[in-house]
Amino acid sequence: MKVPLSWLKEYIEITLDPHEIARLLTFAGLEVESINFIGLPQPDQLQNQTSIYGLKWDRKNIVVADITKVEHHPNADRLVLAQLYDGELTHTVLTGAPNLFQYKDQGKLAQPLKVAYAREGTQLYDGHNSSQELITIKRKKIRGVESYSMACSEKELGISDEHEGIIVFDSDAPKAGTPLVDYIGDAVFDIAITPNMARNLSILGVARELGALTKTPIDPPTANITISKSIQSALAMPNIEIDEPELNARFTATLIENVQIKPSPYWMQLRLRMSGMRPINNVVDVTNYVMLEMGQPLHAFDYDVLRNRSETKVPVISTRLPKSGEKIVTLDGINRNLDDFTILVADNTGALSIGGIMGGSDSEVSDDTKNVLLEAASWDLINIRQTVTSQQMQSSQAGYRFSRGVSPEIAARSNLRAAEMIRTLGNGKIIHNLIDEYPHHYVPNTVKLPIGEIQRSLGVDIPTEEVVSILIALDFTVEQKKNILHVTAPAHRLDIGIAEIGTADIIEEIARIWGFENIPETQISDLMPRQENNTLLEKEERVRDILVNLGLQEVITYRISSPETEQLLHPIENGPYVHLANPITPERSAMRRSLLSSVLECAQDNLRFQQRIALFEVGPVYLPELSSSDEQSSLPLEAQRLSIVISGQRLSLSWIDNRVDSMDYFDLKGIIDELLQAAHISDYTIDDANHPSFQPGAVAKLTIDGSQAGLFGVLHPDIASNYNLGEHLTLAADFDLMAFVDAMPDQYSSKPIPRFPAIIEDIALIVGDSITNAEVVASIVKSGGATLTKVQLFDVFRGEQVGANKKSLAYRLTYQSEVKTLTDKDAAKLRNKIVKTLQKELGAQLRSE
Amino acid sequence: MLEALDTIKTTALSELKKTSDKETLRLWYSTHLSKNSPLIESLRNLSNVAPKDRPAIGKHANQIRNILEEAYKEQTHYLHKSTASTRQKHTDLDITLPGRSVNRGRLHIATQTLRRIYTIWADMGFQIYRSREIETDELNFELLNIPLHHPARDMWDTFHTNTPGVILRTHTSPGQIHAMRANAPDPIRVILPGMCYRYEQITARSEIQFNQVEGLAIGTNIRFTDLKGTLTDFARRMFGNSTRTRFRASHFPFTEPSAEMDVECFLCSGEGCRVCKKTGWLEILGCGMVHPAVLTNGGYEPNKYTGFAFGMGPERIAMLKYGIDDIRHFWGNDLRFLEQF
Ligand SMILES: [Zn+2]
Repeated sequence: MKVPLSWLKEYIEITLDPHEIARLLTFAGLEVESINFIGLPQPDQLQNQTSIYGLKWDRKNIVVADITKVEHHPNADRLVLAQLYDGELTHTVLTGAPNLFQYKDQGKLAQPLKVAYAREGTQLYDGHNSSQELITIKRKKIRGVESYSMACSEKELGISDEHEGIIVFDSDAPKAGTPLVDYIGDAVFDIAITPNMARNLSILGVARELGALTKTPIDPPTANITISKSIQSALAMPNIEIDEPELNARFTATLIENVQIKPSPYWMQLRLRMSGMRPINNVVDVTNYVMLEMGQPLHAFDYDVLRNRSETKVPVISTRLPKSGEKIVTLDGINRNLDDFTILVADNTGALSIGGIMGGSDSEVSDDTKNVLLEAASWDLINIRQTVTSQQMQSSQAGYRFSRGVSPEIAARSNLRAAEMIRTLGNGKIIHNLIDEYPHHYVPNTVKLPIGEIQRSLGVDIPTEEVVSILIALDFTVEQKKNILHVTAPAHRLDIGIAEIGTADIIEEIARIWGFENIPETQISDLMPRQENNTLLEKEERVRDILVNLGLQEVITYRISSPETEQLLHPIENGPYVHLANPITPERSAMRRSLLSSVLECAQDNLRFQQRIALFEVGPVYLPELSSSDEQSSLPLEAQRLSIVISGQRLSLSWIDNRVDSMDYFDLKGIIDELLQAAHISDYTIDDANHPSFQPGAVAKLTIDGSQAGLFGVLHPDIASNYNLGEHLTLAADFDLMAFVDAMPDQYSSKPIPRFPAIIEDIALIVGDSITNAEVVASIVKSGGATLTKVQLFDVFRGEQVGANKKSLAYRLTYQSEVKTLTDKDAAKLRNKIVKTLQKELGAQLRSE
Repeated sequence: MLEALDTIKTTALSELKKTSDKETLRLWYSTHLSKNSPLIESLRNLSNVAPKDRPAIGKHANQIRNILEEAYKEQTHYLHKSTASTRQKHTDLDITLPGRSVNRGRLHIATQTLRRIYTIWADMGFQIYRSREIETDELNFELLNIPLHHPARDMWDTFHTNTPGVILRTHTSPGQIHAMRANAPDPIRVILPGMCYRYEQITARSEIQFNQVEGLAIGTNIRFTDLKGTLTDFARRMFGNSTRTRFRASHFPFTEPSAEMDVECFLCSGEGCRVCKKTGWLEILGCGMVHPAVLTNGGYEPNKYTGFAFGMGPERIAMLKYGIDDIRHFWGNDLRFLEQF
């Protein structure tokens, strides 16, 4: 909402600087996002959220001037020479402004044109540049005529984007030589209005807030029409019928006859443009002007169109819901299929406008309009909102205001004010009084405010007389009965609720005007709630820490993916998905089912720039086929997962060892071994697995505490090429995080440092090729008992010496007792036991034999 | 005179390097630092120097004496420690060569920021309460005092799922209802972190997904003054001990009164800079007293209980703290970005 300071000053006497006004409004919840200084000097710095911009007008060099004569240019058809008096001297100014062409070669003008004049050397915006580019007016020859100064457009002065012609002021503009800044210098506040402050979508509303904040009374605009009694009217007022009082609480109409449609005076055009609206003609401009001023949207009909439609009868205007299949062509030219809930303004022949949002093109005011029927009505905000959304009419200023709430109490007043302005500006006549159908009358809302409630909520003791004066300044009426204030909201306060909600609403008003900065800071003195661990989160964070310690980089990816994207990883099984009804792009159309897919995408993006990647993510996937156990509703399960992707060089290039080794399965296996160990998970198995996304024979299944934790291994080359992962192997793991979290013990016990020396010996075994390391280790550990404290595989060998279909595995065994120093005899005994068991269980042979 | 002293220093230091045992070291000492050495003599004979030069020359000679004494001590120590053989084997390492490479892992900057926030609130007795991301319209809006078709809904652009009434949460606020219903009527002090979603174009300033951390305190005696005090404590912990805060009136349907908290710009100490748009203040979080309708929906009687709530964006905080100019970097996960943290 753009609010020119000059307009505010019509209703409130205020001498504060613009930046001080911005600060007051911002702190009271009307955030002034920017101030556009039009001609006025700008302060250096603002201690609030407001940004400032604008062009300062030099008092001496930018002045009001009189154009007394307009002559043709000797060498250019599209330029004219204006004789201009600046209060001291007469100049010849060269201009291409089309709005001067009508005065060309008419000799001395009967009445001079009042314009904005900029002297040589003045800084202005370049009117021909689409952005605001500063230029300095310089002396130069244009087609043989010297030019050194100019008559300005609004764009050149930084008022608006208007550059169709130069500014021509109304004839009551001050005398030539008056500094322009004294005449129309202004500051325009751009205020973000929150939904609860719909009342402030008007200049009057903002003035009212400012009045309460500065304890200044405001002077609202007058609203009286001048009725011509002497003239007999040929026109009768229409009849109004309201079918749906719940949706259309009030409908008022006035009729202005014999109006001349023409451009509005400059002062009105200027205000509309500073407020971000485009002037059209005097009738439409008045409806917009009064909407901006009072907050009441209005609509003007060409009454002769209505009269023609009703033929001989008096027009009947009804507000009603559409008939089945009913359509309307609105002002923007769109032929609209109406929803069955959309309230219409119609006559006997059909729809005239969409109530409260946009008129129909048939009855629009045109240059030929003579008689104007002016509507100011009130509509149900929810209903308007539904139509605005459904018909995509968010650009309608009327729809915007009505969908946020406009008090029915202001309809008549606004209509009278607008009708009188149209009468004056269009030289029309008003013969009939306003018609006012008001079936759903506004009922004042009174809220009880026990005085102690203010202290209970705000923690501060505001004197009751101060509370009362704040509320009265905001137009509330207050009656004190013992310790309870009975507060009645003014009609424009549709935001004040009933009962305890109303009480909270009133307390907010008190706090806002009292000023948050005047409320002290305290520590919470209330009871501290019971403190507990969040075990799940703590273990999840522990997993992150372990992986970071192992040299992995955490990533966080988009959780919105698409089935097509995930098909790169899971060509076969795919779905079901939580689909979005309104995705922003096809690539982000459904909630992901695979975390690994997201991390692989991330790997793909990074491999273009990196020799080595080692990534992990902990995050949810969304499984609609499963619903959460802790929910009564059937919302999708959000399952936390852990994915790891590593690829590329093991170490970055180094002068010490410049071999470039690629990572392989065992780099990933090492990470997983360490993760399990660091998480103190001991009950797990790693078995052969098969999965289309992984390389056959190089994928393993991790089972923790008997439950499936997931797969890890070498990504299938086809899948890797789907992601353009390059020539290196890609190692990937995709786990259910809960399998880890559930198995991570809350505590575990440590062992003392051994007091007795260890005996270390190596054994080399020959086993069948199909025997796994895990089987051998399990056998060794079982037969080695408590004295065997460590088993380390240090060599794997296949070859002729070993024999076909066999391999050699070499282990370093550590024997250590907690109670005595082991002898060689003890060690030999244990070793025999281990070897015998291996022979028996796995057919293993000692290699030395 | 000063130059002569410097020559003494250079010569002495280079000769000291050549000493190889106790004997040569003793000889060096008597040459350079004994009573009869040129340096000490020059100190003794300061009276021969022009009075205006005396302080400068005396100071310089003393400095050189200290340097030589220190070097002598070091050399004595070195000769004492090292054996003859190691001295022979000594090779000149280029000690500036890069060390052996180590693969360092890192937490994502969003996680790092979240953890900092967790820690601060944990110290103030606020525990972490997480809740789901795919929510019902009822939890995300209606129970938070945002009825269907209400103008306040304009404040959130929502992703809807194909299931009517099921949406991606637009804020962590539904967690307030979950936490209240799980705890009523006991007092609550929690923070609610997690990913939220908004139907927006992805630009340098806006994202479709972002973390949010909300906070909620409910009890029989929680007041707006407590809200101000607690959040100012947080701001000091998060942005530095001298951080100042200010509160502006604002609007959120689920709090009343509602406020925006600004902190004094920690990049320019309030002087005004590009990041704070020359205002000296940064908008950090929204907050307010829990709306009575929300208290009721959570199972707390508004005439007996009060509470405050607040919400902040960890990514926005990280952007301000580390001068990140584009929010897309967070989920872009370019290692060249992530490895900076
Ligand atoms: Zn700053």
